[in-house]
Amino acid sequence: MNELLSLLTSPNTQWVLAGSSLLGFASGLIGSFVLLKKQSLIGDAMAHATLPGVCLAFLIFGVKSIPLFLIGAATTGLIATYCIQAIVKHSRIKTDASIGVVLSVFFGLGIMLLTYITKHAKGNQSGLEDFIFGQAAAMVKSDIQVIAVGSLLIIILSSLFFKEFKISIFDPNYARGIGLPVSVFNLVLMALVVGVVVVGIQMVGVVLIAALLITPPLAARYWTDQLGRMGVIAGIFGAISGVTGTLISTAGEGLPTGPLIVLCASLIFVLSLLFGASKGIIVKAVRQT
Amino acid sequence: MKAIEIQNLAVTYERQPVLENVNFTIPEGTLTGIIGPNGAGKSTLIKSILHLIPRLSGDVVVYGKPYKKQRNLIGYVPQRSEVDWDFPTNALDVVLMGRYGHIGWIRRPNKKEIQFAYECLEKVGMKEFANRQISQLSGGQQQRVFLARALAQDAQIYFMDEPFAGVDAATEKAIMKLLQEWREQGKTVLVVHHDLQTVKDYFDHCLLLNKTPVDYGPTESVFTLDNLERTYGGAISFLGNSPILTQGG
Ligand SMILES: Nc1ncnc2c1ncn2[C@@H]1O[C@H](COP(=O)(O)OP(=O)(O)OP(=O)(O)O)[C@@H](O)[C@H]1O
Ligand SMILES: [Mg+2]
Repeated sequence: MNELLSLLTSPNTQWVLAGSSLLGFASGLIGSFVLLKKQSLIGDAMAHATLPGVCLAFLIFGVKSIPLFLIGAATTGLIATYCIQAIVKHSRIKTDASIGVVLSVFFGLGIMLLTYITKHAKGNQSGLEDFIFGQAAAMVKSDIQVIAVGSLLIIILSSLFFKEFKISIFDPNYARGIGLPVSVFNLVLMALVVGVVVVGIQMVGVVLIAALLITPPLAARYWTDQLGRMGVIAGIFGAISGVTGTLISTAGEGLPTGPLIVLCASLIFVLSLLFGASKGIIVKAVRQT
Repeated sequence: MKAIEIQNLAVTYERQPVLENVNFTIPEGTLTGIIGPNGAGKSTLIKSILHLIPRLSGDVVVYGKPYKKQRNLIGYVPQRSEVDWDFPTNALDVVLMGRYGHIGWIRRPNKKEIQFAYECLEKVGMKEFANRQISQLSGGQQQRVFLARALAQDAQIYFMDEPFAGVDAATEKAIMKLLQEWREQGKTVLVVHHDLQTVKDYFDHCLLLNKTPVDYGPTESVFTLDNLERTYGGAISFLGNSPILTQGG
């Protein structure tokens, strides 16, 4: 008990807690928009596609530098998103197949580069494997500050333009009719998703960051019929998952953080599915009797 | 005062011409019925005027200025709203969206706006349903909610695509009363309408359309047997005072 207390009061842990809760909140909030826009799969492909970017940044610059890694991640993530849309536009391939192809190609490339890097002695210490499943324990204070500030910015932006995002997702034609630049908002939303993915991969990992985007809003949908509340609830679920997963991972013997966070989010989802006040199975059953 | 001028509008879907040579001018403060058979291009006409689909050619002038500069003067109720009905939003929230153009960016609706949205819901008889998620409303109720949103928008020119489709007689009456109120306030309303028997009662102007306008003008001079036969391409006969379609069309 004392150990836990001293862990919780150490300034380093407090930074980790702030970072993981803000990241979780930002994911849940942005994820609500992504889910309603039916772009969950694109988010997943984009997340996987950040891996080659991180590896390339390491290969090109030869140093372990988080800012450079994140720039690399954002670059290949965006290229992948562009590829998905270009394939759909210029061929007869449908969106789901196009997502599948792009995800496999980019992630495969990433794993290949990663294997190459870790095989070389110097690359052994790069810590790049941590990007696959996330490793909070390996993070230093400045890494976490990047996460905290990035997430906070994302939260502020999406709350400011909440009503504009809402209408351009719900009724894009009407939004255009009242003079809203819907395509600009689509781009901004895409940029915010890239933002969450990029700041989140070090903690959650490229494989599971998309699950942190989607699972909390899915769970939140069982509690409310209003987008505003859904965003906040999803944010809180994301924050709880982020904090719990990170704490268990840093206290335990180097368990990867991402799977723990997502496990926690999935548990919340199952509880919501059963007990959710708006659409939960039990509430529905009680109403029917 | 000219509310809206359409000049030389043409639309094709995948190289198939759907609308050609559309020219007309609607005066301010009129209530126009847009009439024509299924597939005549009525919905297409409205969507192309609102720039929701691409035009092959044509200019839309609203109160003397190009459409793009006058967007906020125009309200639109589609034939069937193409929205995600499972979206986490309720009737009141949808009506509030009608105020977004007035509220401006970033700012949230205040108490006055919410109050106004309630009043709009009340006008279409939907106040009790304010907090209902939209998929849990009947088709006619959904139609009324979107009508209330148009009402909340407080536009100068309204386009409505078959607002009476699937609504009961009481609702039809209520909507008609609303449209007449709008006209009295100097607003201009264009309504796609299928029931030929009520045209004379409802509209002061008519646009007869079949791929291209057959005729446009005051109802008494335009809504004639001859014109209707040209529009519907079939025999039309009058039953008492109202025309009915007897064959073809
Ligand atoms: N998205 C589309 N792609 C191709 N053709 C279309 C499309 N939408 C409409 N059309 C065609 O354009 C023509 C006009 O359609 P429109 O919907 O404007 O008719 P309408 O007058 O509104 O008919 P209704 O009374 O049935 O609503 C029809 O022949 C229709 O088949
Ligand atoms: Mg139509």
